Amino acid sequence: MATAPLFRTEFWRNGPQPGSIYNFPGGKTKPDLNPMKRTMNPTVTGTSVLGLKFKDGVVISADKLGSYGSLARYRDLTRVMKINDTTILGSSGDYADFQFLTNLIQERVIEEECLNDGFGYTPLRLFSWLTRVLYNRRSNFNPLWNTYIVGGLQDGEPFLGYVDKIGTAYQAPTVASGYGAYIAQPLLREAFENNPNMSLEEAAKTIDRCMKILFYRDARSLNKYDLAIVTKDGVEIKSSIVSETNWEISDFVKGYE
Amino acid sequence: MDILQINQTSDYKKAGPLQAHFNPYSYNGGTVLAIAGENFSVIASDTRLSEGFSIHTRENPKTYKLTDTTVLGACGFHGDVLTLTKVLDARLKIYEQDHHKQMTTGAVAAMLSTMLYHRRFFPYYVYNIVAGLDDEGKGCVYSFDPVGSYEREAYRAGGSASAMLQPLLDNQIGFKNQQGVTRIPLSREKAVNLVKDVFISAAERDIYTGDSILINVITKDGVTDERFPLRRD
Repeated sequence: MATAPLFRTEFWRNGPQPGSIYNFPGGKTKPDLNPMKRTMNPTVTGTSVLGLKFKDGVVISADKLGSYGSLARYRDLTRVMKINDTTILGSSGDYADFQFLTNLIQERVIEEECLNDGFGYTPLRLFSWLTRVLYNRRSNFNPLWNTYIVGGLQDGEPFLGYVDKIGTAYQAPTVASGYGAYIAQPLLREAFENNPNMSLEEAAKTIDRCMKILFYRDARSLNKYDLAIVTKDGVEIKSSIVSETNWEISDFVKGYE
Repeated sequence: MDILQINQTSDYKKAGPLQAHFNPYSYNGGTVLAIAGENFSVIASDTRLSEGFSIHTRENPKTYKLTDTTVLGACGFHGDVLTLTKVLDARLKIYEQDHHKQMTTGAVAAMLSTMLYHRRFFPYYVYNIVAGLDDEGKGCVYSFDPVGSYEREAYRAGGSASAMLQPLLDNQIGFKNQQGVTRIPLSREKAVNLVKDVFISAAERDIYTGDSILINVITKDGVTDERFPLRRD
């Protein structure tokens, strides 16, 4: 009489080999040997952000459109944020990256506030930190696909800065990202040179004119925008401002029917 | 059975090299120029920061005061310039607190060279020129390539209009291609005026040079600033 084996060496047939990668019958699965890819292009994007210094503060504006390529996918996104009573931030480029950084910044702001030592983010500190973060990300080939505009009051003086996804950074009295750099920046510079000590109303009017012209010319824009204002009285975010547009001239444009 | 080894440290990591679809560099233009005199040196830069056909700002000088007798001129990719100058400032502060004295211009230049070569295979895309006074109080200029090769020279132009400025300096300071000329040592006034002249010419032809120049003159008494307007188009 044949003796039965003390224990079974074969648990099941045609099944996965314990401890190794399972190969489906009829074909082999190989690990993907293509180069590892990180997000190297944006998905949902926001267009231009404008910034302008005026007599007693800074304004930053960004429209509410979230584009998915050429598709106008979201029409109520906010791309300007309040950091604290003296600091605001605007972002163009990948919206997910902006949300990621928003969460990170808010975490850090809360952490700093909990210390209650009188220190917090000033515009210059946030600007400096952002420059380092974006530069480090680009150095690791894992960029945050945004251009950030930082505004606020630094020791009572208006502050306005620009940082992009590869860590190029500078301060200027007028800044614009994306198409705004081509279309709005010359208008902002002209307005600032003619009147370096604008009132809030004049600054808001200048921004409104630029946002309207951007809406006319930039196909990835919307005529609904947010305006963040910093003055010594704190931060105010005027939401969903709609600029008056006039398309009467369109009747005279021929040849594109 | 061919089981291929894969990196299992993270769910998201895969084997193989990283492929870059984005360009980590940009070129922001700008020109720097330095001249070493007998007991002074002059270093100047334009103040335009550009990218493509846009001007980011007209108010961005490219000279950075490092010590009381050393000024760095740096242009190229502005992100790298910011990082490099930040690291340099930190290293100089550490040196000062370790040794209770400021670094000499020659030491700054040697350190900068090693810092640049440290990034040999992912370089700082920056053209550097260091100007200052040497141990004997004479004017000195050191020029660098982006990966750290450097030498001491009497005068040097770097950056976007360097190819236009350098031959002019060769002729006017080095007396190159001139016959029967008396080689008078360069005075401080003549050096500063020459800097203005050559920058005016560069701004005519180079779109990445313009707006204004910042001229630093370094003597044993310290560093002076002078601004001079250039064309803004």
